[in-house]
Amino acid sequence: MSFFGFGQSAELELVLSDAESRRRVEHKTEEGKKEKYFLFYDGETVSGRVVLTLKHLNKRLEHQGIKVEFIGQIELYYDRGNHHEFVSLVKDLARPGEFTQSQTFDFEFTHVEKPYESYTGQNVKLRYFLRATVSRRLNDVVKEMDIVVHTLSTYPELNSSIKMEVGIEDCLHIEFEYNKSKYHLKDVIVGKIYFLLVRIKIKHMEIDIIKRETTGTGPNVYHENDTIAKYEIMDGAPVRGESIPIRLFLAGYELTPTMRDINKKFSVRYYLNLVLIDEEERRYFKQQEVVLWRKGDIVRKSMSHQAAIASQRFEGTSSHTEAKTPSQPAENNGRQ
Amino acid sequence: MAETIADTRRLISKPQNLNDAYGPPSNFLEIDVGNPQTVGVGRGRFTTYEIRVKTNLPIFKLKESTVRRRYSDFEWLRNELERESKVVVPPLPGKALLRQLPFRGDDGIFDDAFIEERKQALEQFINKVAGHPLAQNERCLHMFLQDEVIDKNYTPSKIRHT
Repeated sequence: MSFFGFGQSAELELVLSDAESRRRVEHKTEEGKKEKYFLFYDGETVSGRVVLTLKHLNKRLEHQGIKVEFIGQIELYYDRGNHHEFVSLVKDLARPGEFTQSQTFDFEFTHVEKPYESYTGQNVKLRYFLRATVSRRLNDVVKEMDIVVHTLSTYPELNSSIKMEVGIEDCLHIEFEYNKSKYHLKDVIVGKIYFLLVRIKIKHMEIDIIKRETTGTGPNVYHENDTIAKYEIMDGAPVRGESIPIRLFLAGYELTPTMRDINKKFSVRYYLNLVLIDEEERRYFKQQEVVLWRKGDIVRKSMSHQAAIASQRFEGTSSHTEAKTPSQPAENNGRQ
Repeated sequence: MAETIADTRRLISKPQNLNDAYGPPSNFLEIDVGNPQTVGVGRGRFTTYEIRVKTNLPIFKLKESTVRRRYSDFEWLRNELERESKVVVPPLPGKALLRQLPFRGDDGIFDDAFIEERKQALEQFINKVAGHPLAQNERCLHMFLQDEVIDKNYTPSKIRHT
């Protein structure tokens, strides 16, 4: 800003060196809009240039230094004043002085640690951004550019199924089973509900995916629950001995990986809520946590493993199988 | 870009016993409220309704039972359940105090249309309540449905499942 239009002013622009080739992904803003940002992973170098453009020709720009920062911070909505920076890198681009022409400054933050995934939630936001600053006596010129970071995991070594018998004594006994306890974001939840005792009049049954965002510590812990999905798996009254299958594709829903105690500031956890509703609209439910993780896009499984799965699914009762899947032996009655 | 084929085959489950599949369901509970009859003379008159229970739930002592109850008995049941159990008890049809005032053009609380309306609402009420797993644990519900006479001096208690 200049007084009475006489001073010099400047504009800053941030450009990444690999802007052409780097992938961009959609990420929700705080207002709920979806926008595209450059995608980075942990350890990747962040490099580019700061372009300083002077507004008025033939006027000097006096400044107290130019720098560019790479920042990762957590912002709690109820405490906006305090930003918790967990990554803070700075590069000085110019010492105090003056410019008479527009200039470009190259920068490189090598192998930057980005330990957490970008997250925009109901009460908290974790973001990474570049910030270029031209320091001046009265007001700085600042330009920020947000980027998005994804944290990747690989298939967990231990991924046991969840299997439990629950109910109300002498009224309703069910055994529910989910094939895994850890699912990646494009995974399928395969499971079943087996009815052991049904003395109530059930109308239908559904599975809900619930996201719980926890912020704050000690006595000020706050949980925000959000039902991401409701998926009906049964319509009508079951009887004893009936098995209801579950097949829930996660790719269709807006999910993030499970985040536990990020920088001791917040958590995001996911739960499957099995809900049975009876004729009088009474609800019986059982909640179970599942761990969500983000898989890298490179397909690592060999072709022969994929072919084995495909042949088992389409050959039905044929006993010709090439491989056994780790969780179940390949049986002739795998399909019901 | 090749996508991994997800394994979406059903989990293996036990085949269902045909007796379970085609036999009578274990959740059979039907309560009919009907046959309204006005008892007594003059100002002491009141209407009773027949409460007929048919069930195969083991928590009910009798698989079939018939008793007669009046509106104030339903009020008693509702108050007992609200006090003794954690159930959110549905509302009863109105007390119709206005209908009990004199100089009405119709038969007041003995009007056929009114009794029919009240009868249907009481039937909805008792079915909703009797189907609640927590209400089924209360002695007052079983006394209301299956005992000849309601002992208003009873000791409230929970039924133990056999």
